[in-house]
Amino acid sequence: MNTISAIQQFIQNPYNDYGGHMQTFLIICLLAIVWSVVIAVPLGVLAAQNRRIAFLATNISGLGRAIPTIAFFGFATTTALGIGIKPAVIALIVLGIPPILLNTIAGLQGIDPAVTDAARGMGMTPVQALLRVQLPLVVPVVAAGVRTSAVQIVATAPLAAIIGAGGLGDYILGGIGLVSLIGPAEVLVGVIPVIALALLTEYGLAALQRALTPVALRQSAQRAPVGAASAQNGKGVMAA
Amino acid sequence: MAKIEFVHVTKQYPGTTRAAVDDVSLTVAEGTLCMLLGTSGSGKTTLLRMINRLIDPSAGQILIDGKPTTEQDPIALRRSIGYVIQQIGLFPHLTIAENVRVVPNILGQPKDATAARVDALLNLVGLDPAEYRNRFPRQLSGGQQQRVGLARALAADPDLLLMDEPFGALDAITRERMQDELRRIQRDVHKTIVFVTHDVQEALKLGDQIAVMSDGQLVQAGPPAELLLHPADDFVARLLGADNPLSLYEHVSVATLLEPLAGATGGPIDAATPVLQALLTLVQTSAAALAVSRDGTVVGQVSLDGIQRRLRAAPGQKTPPLPINA
Repeated sequence: MNTISAIQQFIQNPYNDYGGHMQTFLIICLLAIVWSVVIAVPLGVLAAQNRRIAFLATNISGLGRAIPTIAFFGFATTTALGIGIKPAVIALIVLGIPPILLNTIAGLQGIDPAVTDAARGMGMTPVQALLRVQLPLVVPVVAAGVRTSAVQIVATAPLAAIIGAGGLGDYILGGIGLVSLIGPAEVLVGVIPVIALALLTEYGLAALQRALTPVALRQSAQRAPVGAASAQNGKGVMAA
Repeated sequence: MAKIEFVHVTKQYPGTTRAAVDDVSLTVAEGTLCMLLGTSGSGKTTLLRMINRLIDPSAGQILIDGKPTTEQDPIALRRSIGYVIQQIGLFPHLTIAENVRVVPNILGQPKDATAARVDALLNLVGLDPAEYRNRFPRQLSGGQQQRVGLARALAADPDLLLMDEPFGALDAITRERMQDELRRIQRDVHKTIVFVTHDVQEALKLGDQIAVMSDGQLVQAGPPAELLLHPADDFVARLLGADNPLSLYEHVSVATLLEPLAGATGGPIDAATPVLQALLTLVQTSAAALAVSRDGTVVGQVSLDGIQRRLRAAPGQKTPPLPINA
């Protein structure tokens, strides 16, 4: 039996509940991404205005990045959350927050103070300054953070299977033990969609980031790694 | 219409022992350019930023055309006042035209109604609209960006313009060119301008009035020639270089040296001509005296002898007089 037909059979076998696993996986990813954004963006806005919060936020985020995610998954099960989707999503949120948080802080702090002063001095209300000036300048940087974070979440979410969250990780983990018996098919039905989803997230969000970037800033708006917001304040790439 | 009066204006920041601006009273006449001159920390920027209420005074009042600023809505007040800063602060995500249009835009004026005005303003500040309209700030040099900054400040046709060291970050050549441009523009638009600078030459060159600030206090205010001829104290004299005849006679007009007409062979020159320039003409033409006219009527003369007598008699002279052999 060749691998491709084995994969086909596996997917079509109702006993394997392929659709259900796929749905669980997508829900885990989506919840983790949305909650990361919902938590990290306001926190970043807050932190950008307060040095002490910024210091705490960046350092705790840094610490979070140093701890392996698998340890988080393990740790989450020892709490009242137990096993299942909840602790998995929370572990993924912890993973997803730092890039968004750091980019939001860097993006806001990267706005040239002269630009903000000019906006105020010309008589913009705080809301006008936010909507017309700060937001267009900071959204691309935040979007870059969301993109990094979302890809990390999608790529890490299969691990959630080890704490009983289900999803595509079940096939990968389950399949690894069976490779010698039934071949790579079960691993592949998990791995291939995960790779495809990660790539889709990467390129989809890259397109979104580009669409959200004002035309004037596009040349300098590449991945915009954490902390590299200087291109947003007009001191970036000088055009010829 | 825009006359500004500072009435005993004081600003003390919380937690400081010394006032940033200390009991300043000053009047800026309508349509004139007042230079706030002082070293950094002298309070000149604070004084400027109190006019459009970016900072509110701790005591005293600022009246614009007799109306206290504190009785006006700060947002509406700022929209009615042009604002230019050293760091320019153009919005990097907007085109040049969109940047210029910002204030008309937030005032709710439709885009097509302001398009012609934007072009006129770009022309006024010396930028070809067709070439620059759709560019972005970062594609412009510093000097060009500040031209846009000036156009942006003029967009809603304010009577009053605040400029905080607008040319401070430009190179010397561009700065000088921008000063000339501002002088030319001011001849056309006649705004009331308050201009912060630490550059003495800039203050002497542009100001109808110079207000010298030190440690938050207004030391002296008056036309450049008056400050040079009658400095209130040593600080003003040293700051302006009043003891240097070259600097003095570059900014003092021949009107101050006028003598009755007696055998002038040269001229006539205008009464507003700087003494230094008259001196050059005298030397170049070997004339003993030049006729001086005001509004086309000859009102007297200025002579080499007269200048020499004045140089020798200059009070508080600290440097030797110019070695002129009449």
